[in-house]
Amino acid sequence: MSHRLASGGRLIDRAKPQNFTFNGKKLQGYAGDTLAASLLAQDRMLAGRSFKYHRPRGIVASGAEEPNALVSLGRGDHFEPDILSTTTELFDGLQAESQNHWPSLERDLLAINNLVPQFLTAGFYYKTFLRPRAFWKHVYEPIIRRSAGLGKAPDTQARDPDRYEQIYAFCDVLVIGGGIAGLQAALSAAQTGAAVTLWEQTPHWGGRAPVDGVEVDGKAADEWIKTTFQALETMPNVKLRTRCMGAGVHDHGYVLGYERLCDHQPEAGGPRHRLWRMRAGRVITATGAIERPLSFAGNDVPGVMLASALRDYIVNFAVAPGKRVVVVTNNDDAYRSAIVAKQAGLDVPAIIDPRDRVIGALPDQARALGIEVLEGRAIRKVKGGKRVTGVEICRQDSTGGAVERHIPCDAVAMSGGWSPVVHLWSHCGGKLLWDDAQSCFRPDPARPPLGVDGQGMVLACGAANGHLGEVLGDAHQAGLAAGKATGGAKTPADPARDQVAQLAPMQPIWLMPAMASYDLRMKMWLDFQNDVKVSDIQLAAREGYQSVEHAKRYTTLGMATDQGKLSNINGLAILSDALDQPIPVTGTTTFRPPYTPISFGAIAGEARGALFQPLRRTPLHDWHEAHGADWEPVGQWRRPFTYLRAGESRHDAVNREVTNARQNVALLDASTLGKILVSGPDAPRFMDMLYTNMMNTLKPGKCRYGLMCNENGFLMDDGVVARLEDGSFLVHTTSGGADHVHGWMEDWLQCEWWDWKVHTINLTEQFAQIAVVGPKSRQLLERLGGMDLGREALKFMEWAEGRLGGFDARVFRISFSGELSYEIAVPASQGRAFWDRLMREGADLGIQPYGTEALHILRAEKGFIMIGDETDGTVIPQDLNLTWAISKKKEDFLGKRGMERSAMTDPERWKLVGLETLDGSVLPHGALAITGDKNANGQAVTEGRVTSTYYSANLGRGIAMGLVRHGPERMGEVVTFAGPEGAEIKARIIDPVLIDKEGAKQDV
Amino acid sequence: MSERATSALPGTHFKGFVSVQEAGLRGMVTIRCDLASMKLAAALEPLGLAVPAQRKVESAGEMALAWMSPDELLLMLPYDRAEDIAQQLVQSLEGEFATIANVSDARAVFTLEGAGLRDALAKLCPVDFSQIGAGDIRRTRAAQVAAAIWFEAEDRATLICFRSVAQYMFDLLSAAAAPGSEPALYS
Repeated sequence: MSHRLASGGRLIDRAKPQNFTFNGKKLQGYAGDTLAASLLAQDRMLAGRSFKYHRPRGIVASGAEEPNALVSLGRGDHFEPDILSTTTELFDGLQAESQNHWPSLERDLLAINNLVPQFLTAGFYYKTFLRPRAFWKHVYEPIIRRSAGLGKAPDTQARDPDRYEQIYAFCDVLVIGGGIAGLQAALSAAQTGAAVTLWEQTPHWGGRAPVDGVEVDGKAADEWIKTTFQALETMPNVKLRTRCMGAGVHDHGYVLGYERLCDHQPEAGGPRHRLWRMRAGRVITATGAIERPLSFAGNDVPGVMLASALRDYIVNFAVAPGKRVVVVTNNDDAYRSAIVAKQAGLDVPAIIDPRDRVIGALPDQARALGIEVLEGRAIRKVKGGKRVTGVEICRQDSTGGAVERHIPCDAVAMSGGWSPVVHLWSHCGGKLLWDDAQSCFRPDPARPPLGVDGQGMVLACGAANGHLGEVLGDAHQAGLAAGKATGGAKTPADPARDQVAQLAPMQPIWLMPAMASYDLRMKMWLDFQNDVKVSDIQLAAREGYQSVEHAKRYTTLGMATDQGKLSNINGLAILSDALDQPIPVTGTTTFRPPYTPISFGAIAGEARGALFQPLRRTPLHDWHEAHGADWEPVGQWRRPFTYLRAGESRHDAVNREVTNARQNVALLDASTLGKILVSGPDAPRFMDMLYTNMMNTLKPGKCRYGLMCNENGFLMDDGVVARLEDGSFLVHTTSGGADHVHGWMEDWLQCEWWDWKVHTINLTEQFAQIAVVGPKSRQLLERLGGMDLGREALKFMEWAEGRLGGFDARVFRISFSGELSYEIAVPASQGRAFWDRLMREGADLGIQPYGTEALHILRAEKGFIMIGDETDGTVIPQDLNLTWAISKKKEDFLGKRGMERSAMTDPERWKLVGLETLDGSVLPHGALAITGDKNANGQAVTEGRVTSTYYSANLGRGIAMGLVRHGPERMGEVVTFAGPEGAEIKARIIDPVLIDKEGAKQDV
Repeated sequence: MSERATSALPGTHFKGFVSVQEAGLRGMVTIRCDLASMKLAAALEPLGLAVPAQRKVESAGEMALAWMSPDELLLMLPYDRAEDIAQQLVQSLEGEFATIANVSDARAVFTLEGAGLRDALAKLCPVDFSQIGAGDIRRTRAAQVAAAIWFEAEDRATLICFRSVAQYMFDLLSAAAAPGSEPALYS
């Protein structure tokens, strides 16, 4: 059984017990434990159930590569699934739940899948669930979804209360990985004078060197780690950060770092995670290596773990994964685990080594401790269900038919060699070499990922660079090269010297025993998390999946949350063997960021709640809010759709507002309208290019409505232009179009007409703009005094500047409602005071504000178009009968050529008309006019569509506009619109102008 | 100043590891012109100002002049004086291809103070603040909106944004400066 040892544990503090729960049961560990270590210390061997077969699974690894021991942490709003227990630091009050079992971890009914594993071989879903078609949605998918999967999603009502943030940082050299290689690389780079940042994903510096008994300069590694860390800490050009994982390397030295600030201290306050957005001149990956499992039958039974993990647990946490440990290895390194276990007082009955002859320092030391070494042997099968009870031994060079021996044990430590962590090197295109001697891929220094300067931007060092023995010399070279490349001019000190025991060559073992029978291969797990076995890969190869990327997707090898950290190389080797080709020919699948999953919170950063998106507020926003505004988003602005009074429905409120605007006086907050100053000697010429109609003839003091099209002739924006002076215009745009139009202007000025003398300045926010609308609007403004706004003094489509009621005002006499109307711009900071004044002065005139819906209805009653309703990016001015606003005199304007193309001059184009339902009802928005015919595909043939449709309180019926084929020629004709659920709505084609066609009302 | 005039968030402030204070109404005049123009230099002279170098701010008494782009400057001055000075500049630049606009009301301004100034701003702006010191201005973005940041001193900056996003900016700055979230990057 797994248990805590009486002494030792370099990372734990026995004086600080920590209480936690696992599946509701109260347990205790120590400060410094990982959750996995404390579970093992309590003999919690069973950590979860596998994805497909629901097989019992234990802890395999001690770090980020762990495939099995995923848990859910926290409750309610803090609930989070799929957390690696091996990288979760224990804290007092931690609550963990195991995953993917039903009804309980101990008794999982879905483990029945495991009794018939041939049902779920590679491609099983594809082959089985194709037919009958309807079964997929209603039968197969719900069952599969219950049986497969990892943790549960948080409750839909749960809201993460934690804060997250992102941060931008810059450095010359970023070193990822704080083992001894990373420390040395950082030191050497820093000593050149470069600005260095060093990230380490765990809370500890030094990596696994102390566990592996590495000596530096003749002393234990711990001592060198401490002094080097202290040296780095005092250097002003070095920044050190633990609990910060290099998550992804992207183009141009852009690296994402995932810092976990509060996962280990949830009560500390402050942001939980921080995402570093680093720009580095050079990136050094000192990310170490990951041990590979061996493929033998039952290699997934709880109690089987990586040899390195076994000694990590013993040395770091004083946790023994068993009392009687068998080691199985194809290399010398794992002998360290046997020695460590034996020295910790555990029984180590045997080391099983498939190599025929094992000699060397570590095997000698193991033998001297009385451990039997079984050469040329293999584990035939692991015995046990929910935990290991023993192993059957056979000859490696066999089919596994004959059991030579049975060795009772409760833990198996396995090692199939080491794979450098090449993920970060590979993210941005770094290429790999196959290293035959060590049977691993390692970075090819001749083909690194390239930076902006065409030079390699990533340097690997240490174990991550394939140096599985001594690393400091390599790390020094990387640090020096990166420092020099980023301008570090000083010469660093010589590196320290690390000494490790001489190791005999490993022997690649991809199958154990070498000629294992099918029933054994069916129990050899490659991918523990996704339940992919040796037999699955072989089947995929037989079925023609020769590309590694195809085989991966067919079998799901390496597609789980661990992204194949343990399974990748073993799977490639099996596939290569099945295809009878060398491993480097098969190649690897793609390494993609992030290295391990990062939280959505970190990705979102501050952008949640009120900060999710900027909300633009006009100077009158607070007034609207206080007066019943029913908000509508318009771009990033919020505009009142209507102002609701107590007890009023939205419909009632809109009807009240449109009626009042035509009878009394009404206010609209038009501050969101774009206001762009266009000025300079070439401004008139520029304006003529921007607009379809003539602008250079506009006189100062006058206004003109204009249309803007894109190069294709499609209508893009519209609005009123005021000529301020000979050389300057004020362009009004739509609310949503202001930024785009400004960008559009600058694009033409900077890229095409760079020699034109025109400046543009976006003054949208300089002014609060208020429309004063209705027959009593002049009466109201006259009460304010200061400007003569009489019929002749300020004619329709003129503007004037002055002091209106003491306010600095620019008054435009324009109308989007058909009523007598003024739009008054005052400096934004005076907007609220001006609005308050108008409301006060107009109280006895029946003044009311109106919202965007009333604005729409008022303009629709007058047949005015609205960008975004009558236009959708495919509509040209001619479609809207706006030919009067298209200059025939101008040699050119943006869109002119586009409008001349045959598709634009086609008489069959749908054109704007008014629509009046025969029963007075309101047409559905977007409804299509149907001819009654069907096309070749059996679809209804259409001849038009509704673009704007409202209830008009002023007319007492529904009003609409639409685009209809030959529309203007079909006045009085009745067309049919498709309504909901097959309904047909009859509407008559009419003139879109429904109120005051001659324009008398606005010209009083 | 008209007593009716109010800034976007009068008096709003937050005290974190950096203090954030809405600065009230500030006068601002945009000057678009060839920055090498002799006439421009002459127009600025009576104000005691010279054309600032790239990303620099020139100060004289209650006025400061910031470089905004290769053909744009921003004159910062008391709110009450903006309109008059703008008119004065229009007159002195008569005949020159130049555009002057009073943009005082289009903006919100925040004063940021504290040793952790760069640390807070680094959470919002993709800028290497180690390259920026007193007398520098940097146009950038803060999260999703445009911003210009003038470092008046090592631990004091003026941040300018559009008026409509003043609340968003204040919320951003407050979150970035929240006690307990010091990233210890620059400080």
